[in-house]
Amino acid sequence: MISRPISALIVGAALWCGGEHNAAAHAFLDRASPAVGSTVHTAPSEVRIQYSEQLEPAYSTARVEDGSGATVSTAARVDDNEPSVLVVSLGALKPGRYKVIWKVLSVDTHVTNGSFTFTVAP
Amino acid sequence: MVRLTRGTAALGGALLLLSAGAHAHGFAGDRFFPATLQTDDPFVADEMSLPTLTKNPDDTTGGQSYSVEVDIAKRLTPDFGLTAAYSWNYFQPKGMPPVHGFGGLSTGAQYQLFINDAHEFMGLVGLDVDWAHTGAVHQGGADDHTTLSPTFDFGKGLGDLPDSLTWLKPLAVTGNLGFSFPTRVNSAGDLNQNTFNAGFAIEYSLEYLQHHVKDIGLGAPFDRLIPLVEITSTTPLDRGFNRGAGLTNGTGRATTGVVAPGVIWAGQYFQIGAEAIIPYGEGQGHGVGALLQLHFFLDDLFPNSIGRPLLSW
Repeated sequence: MISRPISALIVGAALWCGGEHNAAAHAFLDRASPAVGSTVHTAPSEVRIQYSEQLEPAYSTARVEDGSGATVSTAARVDDNEPSVLVVSLGALKPGRYKVIWKVLSVDTHVTNGSFTFTVAP
Repeated sequence: MVRLTRGTAALGGALLLLSAGAHAHGFAGDRFFPATLQTDDPFVADEMSLPTLTKNPDDTTGGQSYSVEVDIAKRLTPDFGLTAAYSWNYFQPKGMPPVHGFGGLSTGAQYQLFINDAHEFMGLVGLDVDWAHTGAVHQGGADDHTTLSPTFDFGKGLGDLPDSLTWLKPLAVTGNLGFSFPTRVNSAGDLNQNTFNAGFAIEYSLEYLQHHVKDIGLGAPFDRLIPLVEITSTTPLDRGFNRGAGLTNGTGRATTGVVAPGVIWAGQYFQIGAEAIIPYGEGQGHGVGALLQLHFFLDDLFPNSIGRPLLSW
């Protein structure tokens, strides 16, 4: 009876100490510009989303929709110089509320997705 | 950070297409559900709590007790997993010598019924088993009988509320509904009751607020905090509890449980949780206990080996 839990403790400690060198977690959104839930007075030309992990460019994407659900973004790409930043190019935005919908693949093959809104004031 | 190889990227692409296998632990759409401390999680995962330290509320005579517990959860497939838990318990009865020993082994089998990303909603069915004679029955508080506990666990985030209710969107509720069926009627003169068990956790995720609703300028570590309150209840269904008269003997009791306010900080590889334990119900102890837990996300720590579902190694 005693050996089982002690073994579990030892195995757990060993696993923790010997964690894989390339371990990486699912990507959390860290910051965005325009900021999550913000109101801006100048229409942005792009949305930049900073994640907690590096992204796999081929499988990380995002789009921006206007209030009617129409897509107003023109392209999305991972920044060549900042692999944890996703950049979404926008057309000319009119005043209104916009929704950013993203789905990214982090280096450990975990998919995370999410969304947030920002508003362009008149 | 290591960039993906082409092969890994291809695997990732396949996982994107097979979305059921692509979810990170505890996610439903925008919502991240942390591993709660008192109630079961509504998702299968590769996780380990090491350790969970508990100082229980004093019993009715003023006796004190403590426990150290290890829990592990392992997915066999993306939707099916097993759990195991084991504890060491220390009892200090008032005016008597202390006793201590290992509690019984608890295991579980869980199946993820659904994950609805759009509505941040997930459900799971499981069967938990507390095994007889797998610990110190007289000194560790282990059972001399096996107990079967079918359960339904759910989680629901409120991110789909209308935009006019912005500040309520970070709220989420997780819960368990189930029964426990001891396989033996009595132990040392005490009746082993069939019970209905319910537990809920009400969470307000600052992570969700900051990253999905409104950037209010929270930085680390506050942008990963999740204050919560957990409430558990156990209601005897028979063997000593009479629905009309209530208590009918010394072992039958009405609904009992705990209210546990606390906070969880959830990072990339682990989370830390702390809660106060406030008992309620007749026959429960008095005072306030406390719980502290360190919890590891094995799927993030070991994404290419034990952190993956066993059948995808």
